[in-house]
Amino acid sequence: MTIWNIVLISSAAVLGLKLLGYLVPPSFIERPTPSRVATLLTVALLAALVATQTLQHGSGIAIDARVPALGVAALLLVLRAPFIVVVIAAAAVAALLRLLGWMS
Amino acid sequence: MASSSAARPQDPERSAAVRASLAVGLAVSVYGLSFGALAVASGLDIWQTQVLSLFMFSGGSQFAVIGVIASGGVAAGPAAITGAALLGVRNSLYSMRMAPIVGGPPGRLSWPRKLLAGHWTIDESTAVSTGQPTLRGQRIGFWITGAVIYVGWNLTTLLGSLLGNLIGDVRMFGLDAAAAAAFLGLLWPRLSSRQPIAVAAGAAVVAAVLIPWLPAGLPVLIAAAVAVVVGVTNWLGARPAQGAQQREGAQP
Repeated sequence: MTIWNIVLISSAAVLGLKLLGYLVPPSFIERPTPSRVATLLTVALLAALVATQTLQHGSGIAIDARVPALGVAALLLVLRAPFIVVVIAAAAVAALLRLLGWMS
Repeated sequence: MASSSAARPQDPERSAAVRASLAVGLAVSVYGLSFGALAVASGLDIWQTQVLSLFMFSGGSQFAVIGVIASGGVAAGPAAITGAALLGVRNSLYSMRMAPIVGGPPGRLSWPRKLLAGHWTIDESTAVSTGQPTLRGQRIGFWITGAVIYVGWNLTTLLGSLLGNLIGDVRMFGLDAAAAAAFLGLLWPRLSSRQPIAVAAGAAVVAAVLIPWLPAGLPVLIAAAVAVVVGVTNWLGARPAQGAQQREGAQP
């Protein structure tokens, strides 16, 4: 599998899922369980991605500058900072800690 | 905001929808910069990055693809595709809600417009549309938000990937931490009650524990099972009326 395969197949899948909603009868969404599972699926995937993106290093776990950077991001989200500010602040914290040599 | 169209009859529905569309659309477009820079840092070239923004056009799924490729490389391809698709499932829910709105009564959508509506059905266009009080405002809000974000997201993706190519080391600029923060930023507004908070905590722990034992990408997919278990049993679930997602019509 090449990167192009991944890009094209995943794009087709996501676009297909969007179009699906215009083809199926809306009665599906009225049923509470499928709708609840779909909503929680997004939450679980995003949370799992936060965990792996923060901790994964090669095939193991590393506690490095990403952890305090994520802490700052969480703090800014509590303070209702805009998304882009949160992302830039996290990058800046990690970059600064590495520049100072305090964390890898 | 000054309007020069004093001679025209007032159209508050339209101007409210346009204002909301532009505000959300312009703010969201800025994310494209971080996506573009992170994508090239993950090993995609500028064309592959742009194809994701042009055709996938769904921020969460796009970040998921590049995140899995960044840690697992091409070998993690199936996990990257599955992760992006599972995150894209919510778009199906949005398009089911949008289908009766975007066409408007009484006309049915033509195929090209249906295709375009589907393509532009994302978090933001759905949110702006459902926030408008009238059907006409909802339609205007959907189409303008979709158009503004599509153009803005693609232009800023290109700019971000060009900038990302100039930057050599991802970690030196903290871009790995930026990706984690981006996922947290997408997750945050969804943590509106105990049930999603419990699912988020459970999924994060499951994924973290599995990292050393499984190939990249798989821990994330297995963590998704937490959502299925909690969703089916409705553990910690709110009554329908208290749900974070407001839906017209009570559930039987």
